[in-house]
Amino acid sequence: MPTTRTERVGIKVSDDVVRVRQITRAFALEVGLSLVDQTKIVTASSELARNTLDYGGGGEVTAEIVEQGGRRGVRLTFDDKGPGIADIEQALKDGFTSGRGMGLGLGGAKRLSNEFSIVSEPGLGTKITIARWK
Amino acid sequence: MAAQAGSDVASLVSRNEKTILPEWVEFQKKAGILHTGRISEGELQSQSRNFLHLLHEALTQGGTDTSGSAYEAAKAMLAELSRSRAMQGFSPSETATFIFSLKQPLFNAINRDASLSADQKASTVWTSTMLLDELGLFTLEIFQKSREEVIVRQQREIAELSTPVVKLWEGILALPLIGTLDSQRTQVVMENLLQTIVDDEAEIAIIDITGVPTVDTLTAQHLLKTVAAARLMGADCLISGIRPQIAQTMVHLGVELNVISKASLADAFAVALRQTGRTIVKAKRVEGYTFADKKSGGQDA
Repeated sequence: MPTTRTERVGIKVSDDVVRVRQITRAFALEVGLSLVDQTKIVTASSELARNTLDYGGGGEVTAEIVEQGGRRGVRLTFDDKGPGIADIEQALKDGFTSGRGMGLGLGGAKRLSNEFSIVSEPGLGTKITIARWK
Repeated sequence: MAAQAGSDVASLVSRNEKTILPEWVEFQKKAGILHTGRISEGELQSQSRNFLHLLHEALTQGGTDTSGSAYEAAKAMLAELSRSRAMQGFSPSETATFIFSLKQPLFNAINRDASLSADQKASTVWTSTMLLDELGLFTLEIFQKSREEVIVRQQREIAELSTPVVKLWEGILALPLIGTLDSQRTQVVMENLLQTIVDDEAEIAIIDITGVPTVDTLTAQHLLKTVAAARLMGADCLISGIRPQIAQTMVHLGVELNVISKASLADAFAVALRQTGRTIVKAKRVEGYTFADKKSGGQDA
C-alpha cells in the first residue's frame, strides 16, 4: 500500500489532541473525503488521541495518506508505551471505562472508521490503526 | 581592572563620538533597518545618539559592569526600544542589530586610535565585545518578554471573549459556543452560564454548538455536565446548532444527549418561547399607517 504523505505528531499534552484533529482534517481534505466522512475520521482521531494521552500516558500518532487499488484514504496509527489493554473485548464494549469518561470512545472510533485494528500487550503498550477510505 | 577597562572604552567613545555615531547609523541602514518602513531616519538618528550618550555616561560611572546602577538609564532606554520594536513587529534580529551593529564602528575607532598600544587595543576590543554582547542579549530578552506578554494577553482576551452568555428574552439565555471545548474553557463556560442563570433568573438556556468543529465523547460529556448543573439550578437546557455531519457522527459514537435539540438557534428560541408560555404573532398591518399606504389607499378611503 503506497503512502504519499506522512506526518508524525507526539501526544504529550491536551493541546496535542487539537493538533491531531487539525492534521487529520487537513489530510481528509486532501484525500477529498466528504464532509460527513471528514467529521467521522476527525472525531475518531480525537477519541484515540485522548485515549493515548489519558490511558497510554502519552505516545505518538502517525498520519498517512495511503493509496490502494486506485482508492485514496487516511490512515492513522496511534502508538503508546502505556499499561496496555488486558481485555480488548471488554474495552470495546459501549459504556465500559477504566477512567472517568463515557466509555464510548474506543467503540465509537471503531464504528467511525472503515478499518480498525488494535494490538495491545499488557505492560508494553497499545497500537491502534484506523483508516477511512474515499 | 574592570573600571580601568571601562574608562578606556569611555574615553575612546568620547574622543570618537563624532565618527562613531554616523558610522553606526550607516551600518544600521546597511542592515536594512529603514527598509522595514517602521522607523524613520530621524528616529534612528536620535535613538542612536541618545543611546551612545547614555552608554558613555554608564561607562564613565560604572565601568563595564552592566548589572550596576550606572547602567540603569541605558538599559531602560534599550528596554523601551526593544518593547516598542516588538509591538511594531520588528524581527528579533532587526531588534538586536541596534546593539550588534555598534561593534564595527567601535572597533574601527579603536584601530584608528594612535594613543593606544597594541596590548591596550586588544584588551579594549575584548572589553567592548563583552559589553555589547551583554547589552545585545538584554535587548533580545526584553524583546522575547514583550512578545510573550502580547501572547498571554491575547489568550486571556480569547478566553473571555469566546464565552459570552447572551440574554435573548426575559428568562431565556443563549450560550453560543465557538471553537474547541477543552476542559479549561468548559470550566469558564459553565461558570459563566450558571452565574448568569442566577443573575437573570433564567428558566431556559440554549447552548448553541454551531461553532464547535468536533463533538467527541469528551465534548459531549462536558455538554451533558453543563446541562445537568443548569437543571439543578432550575433551568432547562436546549441544544442547538447540531450540523448534519455532527449528528451522524454522534449517532455512530453512540452519544445520546438527553435534552431537546434543534438544528438552529432560531428553532430552539421558538421552543423556548413556547415553553415559557409565549408565542410569536405576525404583526397586523394597520390600515393607512405606513407612508406607502397613505399615498395609494388614502384617496380611495
